[in-house]
Amino acid sequence: MKILVLISNVPDTTTKIRFKADNTAFDDAGVQWIINPWDELALTRAVELKEAGSITHITVANVGTPATEPTLRKALAVGADDAIRVNVAAKDAFEVASQLAQVAEGYDLILAGIEASDYNGSAVGGMLAELLDISSVSAVSGITIADGKVLFNREIDGGSQKLEVSTPVLAVVQKGIAKEPRIPAMRGIMMARSKPLKVIDPSTAEERTAFVKFELPPKKAACKMVAEDNVKELVRLLHEEAKAL
Amino acid sequence: MSILVYTENWDGKFKKFSFELVSYAAAVAKETGASVTVISIGKVAQEELQKLSLYGADKVLTVEDERFKSLDNKAMSKAVVAAAEAEKATLVVLAHNNLGKALAPRVSVRLKAGLETGVMALPLSMNPFIVKKKVFTGKAFAEVKVEGEIKVITLAQNSFEPVEMNHTETIEAFNPQVSDSDFTVVVKETNKVTGKVLLTDAEIVVSGGRGMKSADNWGGLEELADLLGAGMACSRPVSDEGWRSHSEHVGQTGKIIAPNLYLAFGISGAIQHLGGVSSSKVIVAVNKDPEAPIFEAADYGIVGDVNVVIPQFVQAVKEL
Ligand SMILES: Cc1cc2nc3c(=O)[nH]c(=O)nc-3n(C[C@H](O)[C@H](O)[C@H](O)COP(=O)(O)OP(=O)(O)OC[C@H]3O[C@@H](n4cnc5c(N)ncnc54)[C@H](O)[C@@H]3O)c2cc1C
Ligand SMILES: Nc1ncnc2c1ncn2[C@@H]1O[C@H](COP(=O)(O)O)[C@@H](O)[C@H]1O
Repeated sequence: MKILVLISNVPDTTTKIRFKADNTAFDDAGVQWIINPWDELALTRAVELKEAGSITHITVANVGTPATEPTLRKALAVGADDAIRVNVAAKDAFEVASQLAQVAEGYDLILAGIEASDYNGSAVGGMLAELLDISSVSAVSGITIADGKVLFNREIDGGSQKLEVSTPVLAVVQKGIAKEPRIPAMRGIMMARSKPLKVIDPSTAEERTAFVKFELPPKKAACKMVAEDNVKELVRLLHEEAKAL
Repeated sequence: MSILVYTENWDGKFKKFSFELVSYAAAVAKETGASVTVISIGKVAQEELQKLSLYGADKVLTVEDERFKSLDNKAMSKAVVAAAEAEKATLVVLAHNNLGKALAPRVSVRLKAGLETGVMALPLSMNPFIVKKKVFTGKAFAEVKVEGEIKVITLAQNSFEPVEMNHTETIEAFNPQVSDSDFTVVVKETNKVTGKVLLTDAEIVVSGGRGMKSADNWGGLEELADLLGAGMACSRPVSDEGWRSHSEHVGQTGKIIAPNLYLAFGISGAIQHLGGVSSSKVIVAVNKDPEAPIFEAADYGIVGDVNVVIPQFVQAVKEL
């Protein structure tokens, strides 16, 4: 069984967010780039499945410029067997999904994250499944493979379900899929240097959204402080002033 | 021209979120002269369906085909697409929750529509179609232009108040052509949390962090949650330590919630935690460290010990 893990390259989650002077684009000066946390967990689970002998091969794929290659190399160091980069800037979910569609055929299982931590699209996974006309399962919090069958744990409102799904299938994964992300070991980093990273030319793909403007949230008013021995006053304020109780 | 809303039901009932979606569509329809159609999949009683009209639905299409019970994303998105085509919808509105996020991307591809998710207000403009959403996990907002003759959006919870109006609707059975081969998912087991207030529905959420010190220390918070009819949440380390269930973890990597009131006890307020709660209308923080970043996000605060404050809080609520 072969797995494809989609890898989005995002600013480190502790990055202080700034925009360029006219507020039309993210200011990436000095930003550290990482594997999107969800994709990192998806990759971790894929590596665990491979170690358990349930799958044979892990490919990672990214749509991005050469600047994203260190992120793909890190994915190889974590344990992917090979990597594919479609050489074009990722601007819009439909564009990204269309580019991925040309490299995503022939896998039994495709893993995407629930959202990229930068633009919070929650879109690429589902779009790709539709473009490939395969089934998809969202809110996946667990994957096991037994006797060639893929079993998912899916979160639903107020509970969870165990599902059996035939392949090929795309899973949009979230919390629970793996416990802690795998940190690449020295040996992995050395090996990653010689693993194949294929660069593919983009096809023509339509963009259907465009950012017009960004803004930072307005500064919050100062926090109203109440003394520790006067909780009654806090509850009164919440009841009468904030009307929240 | 029409607007199509997909709303799920929970064991045959709609929730406030369902009415938010319908009200949102009705408000857009009012501006544009469109009509509002709702597609509902699964068995729902007539009188429950009629509630949708109270919020502005002109027509409700009900799909009662049992096969949809498995919530198969491929099949369900085909059903929504069939309804959008039958109604000649130019805008499709879904919830920004597990199921809405699963279906919207598929629906948009099939309809050759532009998609934006997590929309938090009425469109800023209809032509061009511009919507506002959060980006960078709540650290910024973006205005996004969506192209295409048809647009698909998911609406964030609690971003539009349901508005009651006097309205009548027609309810019609709808039979989308979906073949057996589109149903690819087999549900083996369903585990539902029962009897508790669902975190994502709760108007008030009581939350504890590492400052609570141990799993045994939660009695006071549970009592408070019971008194307030509140949902219970926790920070990530708390669920990682196994003090509380993973289903209670909120934040960037947990659930994202937006209650009216969020009460944070012994939580430092890390950026990843705030990513999941910063949309709450009122935030209250109790922390013994006056420098804790949670106080920058909070509206009300107490610098103090949770062990002292929680019993007093319970007492004060009882006296309210
Ligand atoms: C990629 C990534 C994703 C993450 N996602 C999440 C997420 O989704 N959700 C999340 O919560 N975290 C997340 N984290 C972790 C996050 O960075 C913080 O480590 C975490 O939120 C801290 O939890 P805490 O506030 O409970 O604990 P701490 O940071 O240890 O804070 C405990 C607080 O309790 C106070 N305290 C101690 N004793 C008392 C007392 N007796 N009375 C009153 N106050 C007391 C202390 O002053 C302190 O401020 C993520 C981290 C990363 C790197
Ligand atoms: N440029 C990209 N290249 C490869 N995969 C991507 C890219 N952007 C997003 N993805 C995948 O799609 C998921 C959801 O991203 P998004 O829809 O952008 O929020 C991510 O977690 C990745 O798995």
